[in-house]
This record gives sequence, structure tokens and C-alpha cells, in this order.
Amino acid sequence: MSGLTTTGLCLIQDMDHLSNGINMWRHLLTFVGGQGMVVLALTFLTKGQSDAYKMYVGEAKDEKLFPNAVSTSRQIWLISLIYLAIGTVVMTIASLSAGLAPDRAFLHGMWIYMSAWSTGGFAPMSQNILYYHSMFIELATVVFFVVGSFNFALHYAVLSGKRNELRRNIETMTFTVTLTLLTLIATAGLMKNNVYPNAVALFRKGFYQLISGHTTTGFMTIYAKQFYHEWGDIALFAMIVAMLLGGSACSTAGGFKAMRTGIIFNAFKAEVKRMLLPESRISEQKIHHIKDIVLTDSMTKSAFLIVTAYMVTFAFGTLVGMFAGFPLGMAAFECASVTGNVGLSIGVTSAAMPAYLKLTYIVIMWLGRLEFMSVFTLGAYVVRKVGRKCD
Amino acid sequence: MILFFILPISANAENQSVSSTKLIENASELDGDTVYYSGEIVGDILYRGDYAWINVSDGANAIGICIPASEAKKIEYVGRYRVIGDTVSLTGTFHRACALHGGDMDIHTEAINVTEKGHTVEDEPSTGLLLSAGALFLCALTGTILVLKKRL
Repeated sequence: MSGLTTTGLCLIQDMDHLSNGINMWRHLLTFVGGQGMVVLALTFLTKGQSDAYKMYVGEAKDEKLFPNAVSTSRQIWLISLIYLAIGTVVMTIASLSAGLAPDRAFLHGMWIYMSAWSTGGFAPMSQNILYYHSMFIELATVVFFVVGSFNFALHYAVLSGKRNELRRNIETMTFTVTLTLLTLIATAGLMKNNVYPNAVALFRKGFYQLISGHTTTGFMTIYAKQFYHEWGDIALFAMIVAMLLGGSACSTAGGFKAMRTGIIFNAFKAEVKRMLLPESRISEQKIHHIKDIVLTDSMTKSAFLIVTAYMVTFAFGTLVGMFAGFPLGMAAFECASVTGNVGLSIGVTSAAMPAYLKLTYIVIMWLGRLEFMSVFTLGAYVVRKVGRKCD
Repeated sequence: MILFFILPISANAENQSVSSTKLIENASELDGDTVYYSGEIVGDILYRGDYAWINVSDGANAIGICIPASEAKKIEYVGRYRVIGDTVSLTGTFHRACALHGGDMDIHTEAINVTEKGHTVEDEPSTGLLLSAGALFLCALTGTILVLKKRL
């Protein structure tokens, strides 16, 4: 579940002695999970279009790159496979420069790329990205997981020549603003506690973890318990918010999604304008996502509904974590990571954690990945079926 | 007479290596201290010119150790699938967030001591496992062929 939902939390014991076969399996799971199982089915297994769109949106994707869902799914795969080829070459070079032998550099390069692009967070060694002690690998992974957290429609637009879209798109703008604000907060917190000795360390640990969390990737360059013992409440607060906000809609990322954050912000902006300005001067609020879109009440309602569902799930998961004996900070951090399908850990997730907490996290990962509606619909369907049988 | 008591005590202290868990959870207190650490080398020897990184696991976590490249030549086995790596012990300076290495938690040492040579491990899958894997593969293959036939 952790791989397919691209969460990346890991219970494997003795990862450093895993076979290449199991590592390939783990990283393939996260790569396929990032695309989406339904997208996989639509791309390779379906012939007709009937109900294809319903399946497609049921997996929390609603971008139409092409007139039909099957063509859109195939385009998503094509974009991903092109990036896979380029990314594997870059990460192999980075791994060679880090000192790995050519065969290991290729395998590690491919696996880390798959994990970065899918914002999964799995890595072949127990220390995650810290294992390599390499700034080149860290920088390369940042590029790939940020790109992986972008909307597929944005990729298509940029690859089609509309480079302006990077600057104008509501999701890239929202992500830039939230990342900047949270970086300032985290930096203030880390500097207050003198956590890192210089700017390079602050960048490679503080900023890296923050952007890894914000894109819901979950790559780590510090040990899990260091978050709790060293970072302090202010920096942890920034991490929790970053993980909940997440990446872009219709991407491999989790969380609320930048689209919803942007919609909610613009909705507030529109309301304030309505209160301040005379009616004659009020115009429709618009957002830009590939094209200009009028912000409707229905879009705003939908955004608020999903964000509320995320917050309720987060609150519930935090409560279960506290019930299992973890302090509020640890329980909240871990649950934000699970809810947003991030995969960063503060030390709660382990083979020794209570079974009910494992089950809670599994369900939350699933809910977060499918963004609730598919799961609620399935639940309602099952309840109705059972209800009819009892009647 | 005094040395008779001190020498065994200091030898005993050196034999008591600090665990990776203690290093991680008490990193601030141990920062800058000389520590004795031991464990299995896992993964790769990452040569970087005059020095090399090795990652040494004591079973709970692996810690990055920065050693002179010449010391790395002592290592014969690194831990991987079906390989138990050399067990090494070392005394070095522990850094919670190394200023030289981008804030990495690491230990710098001038020398490592290979206390136990590594070896390969036999790990043949059981007959039951092989049969189950074969059966599942055949099911998946059959299912794929049927779906593709239906599609075409």
C-alpha cells in the first residue's frame, strides 16, 4: 500500500541486504503507483471509452489532456517514460560520481529516479538519500521530484511549447508562495535552535527536507529521530503544514494539492473584494490553469470539501497516534506524512508499532491517495448492497 | 599499582562501543566527542579522491564514516544480498551535523580495524516458494493473454 500510494513509509527489516529483485519490485510499485493503477488499466487494457472517464476521475485525476480518458492516460505514460529515460541517465551519472560501481550506479540511479518522479520516497538503502553523502545526487533528486509533483497537464503544455504556463499557472504560483513562506518559517526555527553550522548544511538538510515534504516525496537526508530531537517546534510546524499542503493536482504528489490551496485563497480574495468594493466594480474572479477559468461557487465548494476531509482524517490519525502513546508533535508529524502520502518519518513508523496504528495508517494512505470520494462511494455502494440483502 | 587499575578500565571503555541509536538520539550531547563504534560495512565503498565514505551498520542504523582512501583497501566484503560485510571497529570524532560534509551526521576517523571478515551466505529459495512463484506467474500470464485477446 505504501508503494502503490507513493507514500514511501517502510517497515522492511534489514534493507541493506535486500536483493536487486525486491528493490526493483519496490521501486516499480511506486513508479506505477505514481501514474495510477487506473491510468495503467486505461492505457494498456481498455478498448472502449465507456465509463473510462469515471474510472479516471475516481483516481483523483481530472485533467483532460486529450478528448478522451484513454488517450489522456496514454499521454501520461508517454510523458513519464520519456522522463524515465532522461532521469535514469542523469541519476546514473550522479551515482557514478558518488563512487558507486557502474552496475550499482545504473540500478540505484534508475530506482532513485523512479522514486523521485513518483514522489514516492523509497530508496535502496536504509539511510535513504543520506547513504550517498552526495550533493550532486541531492540536487538531482530535488529537480526530479519537484518536476514529478507538477500537474501532467502542465508538463504537456510546457512540452508543447507553452513555457509561459510555468509562470502563470495557479499551481506553480501557489507552490512557489507556500514553499517560500514555509522555508522562511523553517529556517527561522532551525536558526533559533542552532541546528546547522552553515548555509550549505541548512540547505542540504533543512531546505531539502522541507521541499521533500512539500512535494510529498519523502526522501530523507537526516535520521527520522533527528526531526524530533533537534529541529524544534517551529521547524516541525513548517514541515507538518508543508506535508499537508502537498503538490499539484493530477500529478504523482499527495496532500491538499496546490490547485485547492489556490482556489481557496482566490475565493477568500473574491469575498473580501465583494465586501470592500461597490457592486459595479466587482468582476468575476478568475484563475489560470492552462487557460483562464472563472472561479465558480461549485469549484470553491469542492475544494473546501476535500480539504475538510483531509483535515478530519489528519485529526483522527493524530488522535490514534497519541492513543498509541506518542506525544502530540510526533503523532501529528507522522499522520501528516501518512495523510499527504509523503513518507517522512519522525520515528513512529516501525515494525514494532501497534497493529491498530498500522491499520489506521494503511487506511489513511489509501483515503489520501484516492482523495476520499472513490472510497466513500465504494463504502456507500457496499452499505446499500448489504441493506438491500437484509430487506 | 595505580596503572594496574587504570589500564583494564580504559581497555574496557574502548571495548564498549556506542550504538547508532545512542548517537542519533543523543547527538547533541555527543557532538564533537571521540567515540568507539563498530558494525558491518554495508552497500558500497564510496571513494572521493583522498578519502572514502563507508556506511557501517550495527543492526539498528547505519552511520556514515569518513576514512582515508588508503584505509578502505583493508575492506574485502561489503554487506549486500547474500553477503555479510566485514565487521569493523573504529575510534573517531562524531559530528551531529558535520560542517565539512553538508550537515551529515558522521564519524571521522584515521583508521579502521577489521575485526571479522565478511562472507557469502547461501540463500536458496524453498521448493514451495518456487512452485508458488511459478503458479502465480502462470496465472498472471494467462490473465494478461485473455485480456489482450478480448481487447483485440
